[in-house]
Amino acid sequence: MGIEAALPHDSIMTTQFNRVVNWARRSSVWPLPFATACCGIELMATACSRFDLARFGAEVMRFSPRQADLLIVAGRIGIKSLPVLQRIYMQMAEPKWVISMGACASTGGVFDTYAVVQGVDQFIPVDVYVPGCPPRPEMLIEGIMAIQRIIDNDNIPKDQDGKRLPLNIAVQPNFEPSAQPVDVSIGAT
Amino acid sequence: MTRKPVLEHPTLAVIKKAFPDAGLKATEFREMTTVVIPREKIHEVARYLHDSPDCDYDFLADVVGIDYMGYPVEQPGRFAVSYVLASGKHGLRITLKTYVDPSVDTSGIDFDPELEVDSITDIWPGAEWPEREVYDMFGIRFKNHPDLRRILLWRDFPAHPLRKDYPLRGRGEREHYQTLNRESR
Repeated sequence: MGIEAALPHDSIMTTQFNRVVNWARRSSVWPLPFATACCGIELMATACSRFDLARFGAEVMRFSPRQADLLIVAGRIGIKSLPVLQRIYMQMAEPKWVISMGACASTGGVFDTYAVVQGVDQFIPVDVYVPGCPPRPEMLIEGIMAIQRIIDNDNIPKDQDGKRLPLNIAVQPNFEPSAQPVDVSIGAT
Repeated sequence: MTRKPVLEHPTLAVIKKAFPDAGLKATEFREMTTVVIPREKIHEVARYLHDSPDCDYDFLADVVGIDYMGYPVEQPGRFAVSYVLASGKHGLRITLKTYVDPSVDTSGIDFDPELEVDSITDIWPGAEWPEREVYDMFGIRFKNHPDLRRILLWRDFPAHPLRKDYPLRGRGEREHYQTLNRESR
């Protein structure tokens, strides 16, 4: 498994305290789904058995902001519901992270009207944007993995010059593309 | 290509007889008949259509506001209010329509006595929310409405957004909010 497999079973191992804390935090991210639109359906699919968000320790959807670490804004936010979103963000206990899921939450999407917020990042801090309309569950899983990477590093990892390093997260496809069926032409021999 | 409307709706003869000098006009499109009624008469005619056993329109399907600004065909007024009625007993549908013309600038939310129509909530109580919606979106007020507040937008919204002279992206309503940052408490 890990390094503990190489150790004798009666020995100890030292590490940094915040590494342990971050390990605990990233292994049990409890999301609050602020799902207002079709992205919420993909969010539900992500939590269900086929994609199984529980593999990442993030399956416990909390509908109370006091118990959640991660706010997933999924769907368009009207200016009438923005104060609600802001209050929910304020009510979440530190530390907290925010995913803006989908085109509408990130930019307003196709709803370029007087009543829709053109990106929730104008009004609340956002850590990870998940593009798509709606994003596939794999993309949301990548977003949550990015959040886990941010938690592990206490921030977005940067190099000595202060430039952001790539997170190097990619969900690998679990299948090999095989040869596609060939068109059948009638009358050919 | 224009087609002459077919005015064979059985209710038309009834209300023509009941309101001979009310200035009613009728039109028809694809077997749906519309009666255009002056603003002062709308409540009276609606009451008759509801109460008279010959009509017995017991169901109000919807109340709709229309803004005819920039409409390709000349209309009697800038705004219209449509009432879609249905009669379960006779199996009939009819639309009432009244035109209103604003007398003050339509970009704001100022009270305009010309944009006021009698409420029909005392006839069909189900008209309460549709009338609130028409007020919210077009600024057409309804006299004697029991609770005329905005229904979709919030109380202080500075415009009636479905008017055609209101810009699609608003006048900054969607930008004027407090911004939270990571230090906000």
